[in-house]
Amino acid sequence: MRRWGEWVFWVVVAAAYFLLPSRSMLIAEIATTALFALSLDLVLGYAGILSLGHAAFFGLGAYAAGIAAKNGYGDPLLGLALAAAVAAAVGAVTSLLVLRGSDLTRLMVTLGVASILYELANRLSWLTGGADGLQDMDVGPVLGRFDFDLGGRVAAAYCLIVLFLAFLFVRLLVRSPFGWSLRAIRGNALRASAIGVPVNRRLIAAYTVGAGLAGIAGALLAQSTQFVSLDVLAFHRSADILLVLVIGGVGWLYGGLVGAVVFKLMQDLLSQLTPQYWELWIGLLLIAIVLVGRERITALFRPHAAPAPAE
Amino acid sequence: MGEGASVVPQPPPLTPALSQRERGNRLGLMLTVLFDGVAYGMVLFILACGLAVTLGLMNLVNLAHGAFAMAGGYAAVVLVNRWGLPFLLALPLAFLASAVLGAVLERTLYVHIYARSHFEQVLFSIGLVFIAVAITDYFAGSQQVFVNVPDFLRARFEVAGVSVGAYRLLIIVICAVVALAIHLVLAHTRFGSRLRAAVDDPRVARGLGINVNLIFAVTFAVGSGLAGLGGALGAEILGLDPSFPLKFMIYFLIVVTVGGTASISGAFLASLLLGIADVAGKYYVPEVGAFVIYCVMVAVLIWRPQGLFGRVRLR
Repeated sequence: MRRWGEWVFWVVVAAAYFLLPSRSMLIAEIATTALFALSLDLVLGYAGILSLGHAAFFGLGAYAAGIAAKNGYGDPLLGLALAAAVAAAVGAVTSLLVLRGSDLTRLMVTLGVASILYELANRLSWLTGGADGLQDMDVGPVLGRFDFDLGGRVAAAYCLIVLFLAFLFVRLLVRSPFGWSLRAIRGNALRASAIGVPVNRRLIAAYTVGAGLAGIAGALLAQSTQFVSLDVLAFHRSADILLVLVIGGVGWLYGGLVGAVVFKLMQDLLSQLTPQYWELWIGLLLIAIVLVGRERITALFRPHAAPAPAE
Repeated sequence: MGEGASVVPQPPPLTPALSQRERGNRLGLMLTVLFDGVAYGMVLFILACGLAVTLGLMNLVNLAHGAFAMAGGYAAVVLVNRWGLPFLLALPLAFLASAVLGAVLERTLYVHIYARSHFEQVLFSIGLVFIAVAITDYFAGSQQVFVNVPDFLRARFEVAGVSVGAYRLLIIVICAVVALAIHLVLAHTRFGSRLRAAVDDPRVARGLGINVNLIFAVTFAVGSGLAGLGGALGAEILGLDPSFPLKFMIYFLIVVTVGGTASISGAFLASLLLGIADVAGKYYVPEVGAFVIYCVMVAVLIWRPQGLFGRVRLR
């Protein structure tokens, strides 16, 4: 996207916040989803790691922030830091599993790790509340001044600002030599190592950062809704976020953001029309995207897009 | 569908009479657990063997395999419960229903994604799963359904102190016959050698006059049909509800990855191991139950990415 385009995008985002105060909760949700999709974009779109369990880190972050808030550490920024640290730590450890093997192995390992975490959260009900969800969170005011209100004004502003800062960070990251080396690895890991890119170290770093960002997104959800349930670790969350990213465009910084806007607005609209068959629409959309090709759908809007990850 | 993929099926019920009457007889109990585990593993094999071929051999990441199994299971439910057909007749019909469904979807949809990237195949098949879940939910409701199994299959008898359920015995017999048939077809028939040739190198196979598309379509349909048969047979012990494809997706994938892609016997052994480990784990250590198989899977994938019984493919 051109530079003026980026300005326009963020001005529109800010305008949406100020002009649509009644939809603040939706805006906060979109910002959370966008950050989650951005983190997956770093892992999948730039580093080329096919993950079917990215919700693991989202859920870890949500539970970390939620459990901290429940036990008297309700400062939101502290919660974010904690969530990022926990998710990044688990990401760093599990990245070692992801390094090995083909797409299929990665798919299985990420799915397996997410399933293990789901089972853990289910079993450790003294810590996580189990199937009932984590209740009685006591989230403090942001920066000690802005209390979360029922209308979600503070939540929306908070989520948008965190999203913006995280976005700037990722933008810096993917435009650095580090980001280019990730794309080199995605294109061809063998050739990348031949020109001196430390492939494994770069993949570990990208996966860890992606996990940490997903953790922050999870923490945002926990803090803005003041509730965490097992749903944050469920498989459909990993699948949904793939769809979000694919709608917007994989390997494109704004892909996750645009995808989150489209996805959430669609969800909002369709759940008013046919609340129970949301999955049917998701499924149809996924199949349509694959068969028709997202490039052909969105080529009209952005002619200079980065190509999707090659196999 | 909020429960996601990690919901684990309930352990197959063991005879309550046994645990009271023969509390001391640990060996008998162990053998019963083993027997149930074998039956469970056999069903998993029938369910997953189609995927072992499409994913393992044809390199098509089809996460929607469980949807065909679910179709077979629901076909059996409709045939037996609503139309009153005998259970044993419903089994081949469930096979046919899923096979036809598989053939139709293969010709209309899957044929477009063979050559796509794994990423696109994942998206596509997850989409199919979601549609299958929503459609089943719409027509059959979200509650768990059961096939009316005839009384003679509900019987239990004892063989040398081991309690044997007639239904599980039937499962083991049918699955063993099917497994043997699959092996014989793949290893000793012209179709089997053509399939292996088509998989190893489609271009050369085409050059030799093999109709690769037809072979793939037939294989896909038979694999789907077998999944349907497994769904009909296993509905009783696995539980059947609209989230079936998601619940068991990870089990099927474990069978394929742990078994490796080199041979069908690898998938067979992996299914048996998974079935026995799962039943025994849930029976003896219910508090860790579900972790065992996930951890084993991750460990196997790290230790041997090609699968326990696989060998490195030269392609």
